[in-house]
Amino acid sequence: MLQIDHISKSFPAGRGQRTMVLDDIVLNVDEGQSVGLVGESGSGKSTIIRCALGLAQPDSGRVSYSGIDVHRASRFDTLRFRRDVQLVFQDPYASLNPRMTVEELVGEGLLVHKLETTAAGRRARVVEMLRMVGLGEEALARYPRSFSGGQRQRIAIARAVVIRPKLLICDEPVSALDVSVQAQVINLLQDMQAQLGLGILFVAHDLAVVRHLCTTVAVLERGRIVEHGSREQVFDAPQHPYTKALLEAVPIPDPAIGRARRTERQLAT
Amino acid sequence: MGVDTILTDGIIPAPVRRRPEALLQVEQLSIDIATRDANVRLVDNVSFGIGRGERVALVGESGSGKSVTAQALMRLNSRVKLSGRVNFDGKDLLSLSPSQMAAMRGQRMGMVFQDPMSSLDPLMTIGDQVAETLRIRGISKRNARQRALDVLDELKVERAAERLDSFPHEFSGGMRQRVVLAMALVGEPDLLIADEPTTALDVRVQERVLDLLDEISRRRSLAVLLITHDMGIVAGFADRVMVMYSGRIVEENEATLLFAEPQHPYTRGLLEAVPRADVTVDRLRSIPGAPPVPAARPSGCTFHPRCDRAMAICSSVEPGEAITPSGARVRCHLYGAG
Ligand SMILES: Nc1ncnc2c1ncn2[C@@H]1O[C@H](COP(=O)(O)OP(=O)(O)OP(=O)(O)O)[C@@H](O)[C@H]1O
Ligand code: SF4
Ligand SMILES: [Mg+2]
Repeated sequence: MLQIDHISKSFPAGRGQRTMVLDDIVLNVDEGQSVGLVGESGSGKSTIIRCALGLAQPDSGRVSYSGIDVHRASRFDTLRFRRDVQLVFQDPYASLNPRMTVEELVGEGLLVHKLETTAAGRRARVVEMLRMVGLGEEALARYPRSFSGGQRQRIAIARAVVIRPKLLICDEPVSALDVSVQAQVINLLQDMQAQLGLGILFVAHDLAVVRHLCTTVAVLERGRIVEHGSREQVFDAPQHPYTKALLEAVPIPDPAIGRARRTERQLAT
Repeated sequence: MGVDTILTDGIIPAPVRRRPEALLQVEQLSIDIATRDANVRLVDNVSFGIGRGERVALVGESGSGKSVTAQALMRLNSRVKLSGRVNFDGKDLLSLSPSQMAAMRGQRMGMVFQDPMSSLDPLMTIGDQVAETLRIRGISKRNARQRALDVLDELKVERAAERLDSFPHEFSGGMRQRVVLAMALVGEPDLLIADEPTTALDVRVQERVLDLLDEISRRRSLAVLLITHDMGIVAGFADRVMVMYSGRIVEENEATLLFAEPQHPYTRGLLEAVPRADVTVDRLRSIPGAPPVPAARPSGCTFHPRCDRAMAICSSVEPGEAITPSGARVRCHLYGAG
């Protein structure tokens, strides 16, 4: 469905030099598939998303969605792309317009894409959607500021999913949330995927969350995908030293494992 | 449910277990802040001790009161009202004068925060900043510089001698955090309070910083109060763990026991809500709802609206402290007189 096909991108770095930020990235998301892209800060995750959305132009390679070249699409195709591909961002505070009610926020896509032309029809769809994400009808007239971080992220998901997209691109959607609330949002994304057959491209630095949510995983190191495979391959039998190093450094909530690893490291040095 | 428990009075808090070599002893500490309309209790009646050289984690979700507690121990926030007792090596910190307290901070207690830049002066060299607490104590420039160099070496800052004269912006995030640690450790304190010291760092850098902290705390018998929301970090670092929820410590135990046999429904919920990088599970167990804000704290047990084991008593009566057979100090009616 989404094909990121050998894209590279560099930025000027002064004195006629250029730094390579993306180097020959290949990544596909098929219908109903959940793909995780993990990398440390500065590894190029956000640049990949920007290229995938057509917001940044790669130097070479191409991004296509169901056969449409994202960077050379006709107006008609662009509209379709904007409906089929939705986004959920990290910061549930910045991504929702504070002056819009929940009804307006969640219903906006229905209006823009002319999917529900009557106010009553839109309201019914919005209410149905709010139920799906665990919010009640009483949320309709309220503004984002009266919701907690987790609730705002549910609203953001409702807003993205209400128009029945085929692909949801999530940029660190749970990293700003508390542990107990993070689990709710992760479960919600899982349910949405199962119920609606959504494809998900999940970009995050948290390996544990990616393992939990994604069946295919790519590991990004300084603009290059160094490992790419099924969840089990990448997490249980990593091949690349970088993946191994990352996995060894992720804290595991089990004191026996944490201590054994530290002793091992201390012996190694 | 017939749990064997050592019951304690539900109203008067149980006496805090004194460890043989208690360094810090906090008793019934409450922290209030006066807002325009009302007095809001941010931290409610917490008691705990830290032994010499002991590594204790204070874990909890955002807004639970971890940072406010840490700042209270150091008396860093003058806008809040503190009550209770904070005893540090025989001295009652809450009755010290500001200048006596400042001396404690420089010499006996050190603190690091999540964002290293907030503690660093961009216009001052690394060497001068690390040496500063020693200079204030009247140590000569030469000696202070030498000790700054030693502590940077101890923190494995490469080419430390050359870097004494560089500025914070020339350092990476992980290196800056080491410099901030050096500032806190140069005075050879007995207690280090580290508030989310690695939250802003990538996992590999985080691991490195925690390893260094582990090594130094063992070598120096330095007690550490590590504040974090990450159960993985807690598991790898702490001897003992305190779980904070909405301004109260709801469970405390040795780390291995707390992870093996969590007693409080909130602790259990937290542990089941964390995804793991080493095993695949079908579904996470989530805790419904969200943590309350201090101004709208629920009555009785503050966790009751989210608790799947809540009973009638939970919404009206605040649970007292009980000690379970596993050694947990826990505040929950499941372990009370019921
Ligand atoms: N100066 C202040 N005025 C009013 N309320 C405050 C002040 N400082 C902190 N609080 C409130 O006290 C409560 C506890 O805050 P605290 O910063 O200790 O939480 P925390 O556990 O450290 O959270 P985090 O994990 O987000 O760092 C919060 O509800 C916070 O909004
Ligand atoms: S006191 Fe009641 S509501 Fe609170 S944690 Fe225990 S069982 Fe749950
Ligand atoms: Mg804090």
